[in-house]
Amino acid sequence: MNAEITQWDRFLASFFDLAVMQKYLPNIVDGFLLTCHLAILIVISGLALGLILAVIRAYEFWLTSWLIVVFADVMRALPPLVFILLLYFGLPGVGLNLSGYAATYVTLTLVLAAFSEEIFRAGILATPKGQWEAARSTGLGFGQSLAYVIMPQAIRMTVPPLTNRTIAIAKNTALGTVVGVGEILNQATTGQSFSGNASPLVLGALAYLILFIPVVIFGRWVETRFAWRRT
Amino acid sequence: MSDSPILDVQGLRKSYGKLEVLKGVDLAVRERELVFIIGPSGSGKSTLLRCCNRLEESNGGAVIFDGTDITAKSTNINAVRQKIGMVFQSFNLYPHMSAEGNVALALRKVLKRPKAEALERARAALDRVGLSDKAENYPNQLSGGQQQRVAIARALALEPKMVLFDEPTSALDPELVGSVLEVMRDLRTAGMTMLVVSHEMRFAREAADRVVFMDEGHIVEEGPPEQVFGDPQMPRTRDFVSRIDH
Repeated sequence: MNAEITQWDRFLASFFDLAVMQKYLPNIVDGFLLTCHLAILIVISGLALGLILAVIRAYEFWLTSWLIVVFADVMRALPPLVFILLLYFGLPGVGLNLSGYAATYVTLTLVLAAFSEEIFRAGILATPKGQWEAARSTGLGFGQSLAYVIMPQAIRMTVPPLTNRTIAIAKNTALGTVVGVGEILNQATTGQSFSGNASPLVLGALAYLILFIPVVIFGRWVETRFAWRRT
Repeated sequence: MSDSPILDVQGLRKSYGKLEVLKGVDLAVRERELVFIIGPSGSGKSTLLRCCNRLEESNGGAVIFDGTDITAKSTNINAVRQKIGMVFQSFNLYPHMSAEGNVALALRKVLKRPKAEALERARAALDRVGLSDKAENYPNQLSGGQQQRVAIARALALEPKMVLFDEPTSALDPELVGSVLEVMRDLRTAGMTMLVVSHEMRFAREAADRVVFMDEGHIVEEGPPEQVFGDPQMPRTRDFVSRIDH
């Protein structure tokens, strides 16, 4: 009986020590804010770059298409952590010092750009050929047809896969912890090692849930909102 | 009807790889004429139509429209296409735009009309096909026949000199065909030049000025509908007509 209570107390003490939590809460909040704006920056620039690349590729100039394919394949194949470490530890060797924050930002932006380029491209290719023909037959140019007729349909089609991919990559901001970015996980592990207690990690996990559960719900809403009946 | 043709197809050739689809086609369409192209599937009639606004690039010969060879690389094809409307078998309306949005797009982006004027002209075009009350509906809220009439309005809004119809009623339920043919009949009355690929033989008989029979990449026979349907001169025409006309 006594032993059981001790086990339970031990569990509470190591995961939910309120004193420890209170002490490290400000750090986790800092980490939360940093993760937020790092993730937002990555999502905006990654999706924008992916869209630009997909549009460039739609023009089908062999050289640009080839470069984009190589870029997309490499960035999709490489574990993002490898690329972060390459930038962070490799670039100083050529005289370029990148902060851990910048290395994480650049890596995840490029990874999201690579994936979203492929997704946007799939959307462009999935738009019926007749849409191109109708637009071109009224005298719209290639770029105009792409902008006004094809892309609005392609983007609608790609919202569900794009949302999932975006969430997956935004979560990877946690990788920044290995190059000293003070985001949620970094703050949580620091707190854990100073206190010798897992409670800061629990706080960190809660912070991720608070950040990403609304995003996941938003993603589901967007999916239903954009799943409109095609004719 | 003026004598010089508005569309003059000369020795047109088109191949897909080794398959030759058009084997030197000559066809002239005069202003205000309604010309019907008939023939078995695979005879090249849709390809011929699509070469007339360069949706398909030809491999030889010329397509002279209103004095310009549209197959020439130097031709500004976008400018020519404003003057040649096209109506497709599967309508190809833009699903993310309302009926008036579909019609107004090229008015705004090609003719650079201000939004208000473009919408006004779009509504006038929709009125012409009897759909002024559907201007704000999206394609998925319209029947097939209504969608095809919106597509016709989209072509008409640019005030083309000619309209190409690529099997405009083939995707429609039988009871919806009539409304589309009605619009085409009105266009003919208004003097629109039309080149039509279609299987609506009864309509061809009644409305066409000329019927062109194609087979295996050639024009086999052409003439007024009474001749092509009633007294075909060539054995292959006779064979085709005897099979379809019941």
